[in-house]
Amino acid sequence: MKAFANLYAKLDATTSSNAKLGALHEYFLAAAPADAAWAVYFLSGGRPRQIVPTKLLREFTLSVSGVPPWLFEECYQAVGDLAETMTLLLPKSLHTSNEGLAEWIEHHLLPLRGLPSELLTRQLLPLLNQLDQQSQLVCIKLITGSFRVGVSRLLVTRALASVADIDAKRIAQRLVGYTDLSARPTAAHYLTLIAPVSEAGDERMAGQPYPFFLAHALQIPTNEFQLSIGQPDNWQVEWKWDGIRSQLVKRDGEIWVWSRGEELVTDRFPELKVLVDYLPDGSVIDGEIVVWKHKKNNVDIALNIANIELSNVNQVQTFALLQQRIGRKTLTAKILENIPVVMLAYDLLEWQGEDWRSKSQSTRREQLQKIVAQCNQPQLKISALLTGESWQDLDRQRAASRNLGVEGMMLKLKDAQYGVGRTKDVGVWWKWKIDPYTVDAVLIYAQTGHGRRASLYTDYTFAVWDASENEAEPKLVPFAKAYSGLTDAEMREVDAIIRKTIVEKFGPVRSVTPTMVFELGFEGIALSSRHKSGIAVRFPRMLRWRKDKPIAEADTLKTLQALLPQASRTNDIVVNIDGIS
Amino acid sequence: MDLVVVRPEGLYCPVGDFYIDPWRQVERAIITHGHGDHARKGHTHYLAAAVGEGILRKRLGADINLLSLEYGEKINHQGVTLSLYPAGHVLGSAQVRLEYKGEIWVASGDYKVEDDGTCAPFESVPCHTFITESTFGLPIYKWQPQNEIFVDINQWWQINANNNRTSVLFCYAFGKAQRLLSGLNPNIGPILVHGAVEPLNRVYREAGVNLPHTQYVSDLQDTSQIGKSIVLAPPTAQGTSWMKRFGDYSDAFASGWMQVRGTRRRRGVDRGFIMSDHADWPGLQTAIMATGAERVFVTHGQVHTMVRWLNEQGLDAQGFTTEYGDEAAEAETHLPSADNISIESLVNENQSAEIEISEHVNINKATI
Ligand SMILES: [Zn+2]
Ligand SMILES: [Zn+2]
Repeated sequence: MKAFANLYAKLDATTSSNAKLGALHEYFLAAAPADAAWAVYFLSGGRPRQIVPTKLLREFTLSVSGVPPWLFEECYQAVGDLAETMTLLLPKSLHTSNEGLAEWIEHHLLPLRGLPSELLTRQLLPLLNQLDQQSQLVCIKLITGSFRVGVSRLLVTRALASVADIDAKRIAQRLVGYTDLSARPTAAHYLTLIAPVSEAGDERMAGQPYPFFLAHALQIPTNEFQLSIGQPDNWQVEWKWDGIRSQLVKRDGEIWVWSRGEELVTDRFPELKVLVDYLPDGSVIDGEIVVWKHKKNNVDIALNIANIELSNVNQVQTFALLQQRIGRKTLTAKILENIPVVMLAYDLLEWQGEDWRSKSQSTRREQLQKIVAQCNQPQLKISALLTGESWQDLDRQRAASRNLGVEGMMLKLKDAQYGVGRTKDVGVWWKWKIDPYTVDAVLIYAQTGHGRRASLYTDYTFAVWDASENEAEPKLVPFAKAYSGLTDAEMREVDAIIRKTIVEKFGPVRSVTPTMVFELGFEGIALSSRHKSGIAVRFPRMLRWRKDKPIAEADTLKTLQALLPQASRTNDIVVNIDGIS
Repeated sequence: MDLVVVRPEGLYCPVGDFYIDPWRQVERAIITHGHGDHARKGHTHYLAAAVGEGILRKRLGADINLLSLEYGEKINHQGVTLSLYPAGHVLGSAQVRLEYKGEIWVASGDYKVEDDGTCAPFESVPCHTFITESTFGLPIYKWQPQNEIFVDINQWWQINANNNRTSVLFCYAFGKAQRLLSGLNPNIGPILVHGAVEPLNRVYREAGVNLPHTQYVSDLQDTSQIGKSIVLAPPTAQGTSWMKRFGDYSDAFASGWMQVRGTRRRRGVDRGFIMSDHADWPGLQTAIMATGAERVFVTHGQVHTMVRWLNEQGLDAQGFTTEYGDEAAEAETHLPSADNISIESLVNENQSAEIEISEHVNINKATI
């Protein structure tokens, strides 16, 4: 446990990727395989179901430390991290445990799940008493499911590759699905990860997907495309769908659906399971899961491949709708009926059990079209190709993105192989996104940040003016929270103004006298009955501080409503679904 | 009657007609210690502890009109019996005891209960009313004994020295620096100091405090020793061109604020050593209880929290609004502006691992 806690401290304390890599390497070299197995699991984003609810742990801390709840809150505000607050309040102890991470997880921590509060207190205290402060912190983070540290999966992959002395891509492939193991990570799992490369293709486990190939943003003016990336003819052009990037794996008479987070999501999409009877074994398809409005007459033929009609695009529903479906714990018949999904297929990674990733994009595409056509099921559609005589022409078509509910276009080099992660070495995918929506909004609430930003007000809530007829005077209605986009210096300046203009406290939130206007950018907008403003925006962030604008000149709710996509403004499905919750 | 009240000029004793650590210019000022927010220029008469005289003259001018008292020595001023007791904060720091018609008030100034060996240790003074600071008045602040911290610091220095990497330790120049010096192991390598630190070392040495040999960075003869050395510098030196001479150095910051990870990371140093010249939470509580005071006034720091807590403990506690703490707090918490790492980039890096997973869940953040 101590070795893992030390690793956490090192990763947490540095911002240098090399230092992190060094720390990981050092840890994996020394760790017992069983411990390393769990370390890989946690470091690459694996989270077991919460072992102890935060509320219980908070009560535990209060009773052990004798600190009243209000004082605990004050401490939490100063620290900004719940597990760290608890650690700082619990009695300090010397580190006496020499058991490793695996033993701690399996023998001490997992058995705490489901214990009633009195029993938990009795068992937890002697456990924590064997740990020093650093290990206590990690331990609490593990049992509350809040363990998080600044390493990417890629970095873990690189560290394991250097420890095992094999290609990082190989590790990446083996690591896919690792954090989703329904079985606990074991020494054997870890040893498989770092095992020397064996001869045949026996590497792949039954349902394993391939690492996703990710696109780079194309951020140059359209008139420079020709020079930078050449003719449109060399490119396969598609819409950039706004759904869930997924892989459909069909092998050995079974089907698996993996999301880009490499999470197994088969059960979330029962309509796709049906495809098990229509796809041949040894097929892996990459595509996007979207909500689809099937036509009533049910003559929902597979999409025309060469060109797509606007009416077909309009069958793709907003991401907000998909979001509502993902949010449900149980999928009722009503949801399945109202929010059906389809997979828009755009790549073929495996065919007849053979890895096709090193074939060219156009070869893979050609085969994919045949497969989708043969499959002939409404749940599997091809992501249509777009054509234009010039980049300018395509740019004109791209202007329709917003209305079609897509995020722009994807450009895939026709002779590109399918790479691993966000790479360009064997081919490239560009995402040619539309500009974000922008709106000028007023800062009305602030909250201190967490972790590094614990003592600065860095998380803000923004509002626009609501001047609807039933309001005597225009008032500010909140619609978005944002915490990124400002420079250090701006953040400190805003913090200072907030401190001077605080009106009221609501828990950690401070309301302020509205004085500051910011230009917010966001990627999507949808109706929502859960928000006061009736609107939810996606990925809001601050683009700039409009010091030049008085608050009276900020935008209105009307401006926001006008940005809603045509479809969702009239979409009765949204209303229906909101009604369910 | 109240022996001390707050006036726009500072804490004021109406019967004796004098101030304690006033922040505006006054006729008569008792100074608890030489930190900038407590000892200000321009008062007509000063009164302070004798051991602190050197510091005050260095900081406020050699010619100030200063009357100094030994710890425990009593004088009478307009019927008020006035005496000073060690506060254990820095060299010459004092608690002010006022007695008038059997009523005793003590103003703590800044204090620390652990004996650090570089100044007279804190002495508990029984009183009816105690005026306490509250810089670290939250139960999350609990200090390790200083010898343990010194072990950590020397270890960090030793490892750097082994790798021929200079160790730069940022600390407040008056008090913290000398306390750190007293715990450094001079056998590891040369101890170098910034120009802001050395004059205060001299005052400490003149007052009889034993400190290891120090030299200015520019005076280091054998430059091959630079990688073996430790450098003590004020926080303001961080990120300035002065640092360039140390090449690829390792840096650390010594302060009570280092207790919290967020602050530590924002500081942008390799190591944070949790060492403060203020009392931690248990220290504040024991000091307050030990006075036997029934009334407590809380000054600079976590005033609101401490007042509420003390009232819940059955004391009659109130807050005093003062202008202390600014300078020290600034020095201890200011963000390095010339820092080449932006907070944003740190945060982004920290979150990058999650974004891929939570991209589709992020919309919840828009919920109010
Ligand atoms: Zn002080
Ligand atoms: Zn002070």
